[in-house]
Amino acid sequence: MFDLIVFLVLLLSGFVIGNLVERNHYRSIIRREAQLRNLLLIASKKLPDEFMPCTTRMVAGNVVISVDFFKKFVAGLRSLIGGRVSSYESLIDRARREALLRMREEAQKAGAQYVFNVKTETTSLYKGKRGAIGSVEVLAYGTAVTLANQPSMKAG
Amino acid sequence: MLLTTLEYVPGKTITKHLGLVQGSTVRSKHIGRDIMAGLKNIFGGELKGYTELLQESRDEAVARMQEQANSIGANAILNIRFSTSNITQGASELYAYGTAVVLD
Repeated sequence: MFDLIVFLVLLLSGFVIGNLVERNHYRSIIRREAQLRNLLLIASKKLPDEFMPCTTRMVAGNVVISVDFFKKFVAGLRSLIGGRVSSYESLIDRARREALLRMREEAQKAGAQYVFNVKTETTSLYKGKRGAIGSVEVLAYGTAVTLANQPSMKAG
Repeated sequence: MLLTTLEYVPGKTITKHLGLVQGSTVRSKHIGRDIMAGLKNIFGGELKGYTELLQESRDEAVARMQEQANSIGANAILNIRFSTSNITQGASELYAYGTAVVLD
């Protein structure tokens, strides 16, 4: 009986606080993405010839985001019937966008206009057994490109 | 030392290839961070302690890679990649590698 109460309290607090944290995080991501819209991310490895002369520098951003109790529970239920685990999808989406944002913020501080050859890498940090700590780390890295003479074309 | 994820450096020519250089480090979290992480696991959110830890470790992996490149006389590392793996519970390896070259 006591176990059940503890479980329900954890589930409820995971649901309420977890949702709040997620909503705040998304709000901050959307706001910062809007601010950095002029800094373009490009997956290509080659710089266009018009970009010369320019300077390059490596930039990176990482973040570790933890699952909450409610998400873990929902994912556990979902694994019984299979299919989309949307509670984890939003978690990884947040982590990836946050890592990309941090990388872009670093690039912006360096005065860059573009980040080329962007790679992301996702790792789950997991401390096994019961009472396990489940979290996901995303690292984003790339090469920030600063043009010596400001581009005539405006990014849009 | 110039670090880049591109395969070349714009405006510079490569005069010499010196092969692969690499750096790695294995880190584990300390218990205080783990307790906080345990709490965060109920409520969700960013684990700032882990974010910092991994960032520091990655910087160290890059520093070791640079050291190796320095010792063979390179002045740039191209095509850098990172990889992370969990070796055991609570310990991860961070690995950085790239191609050391001499630019003129």
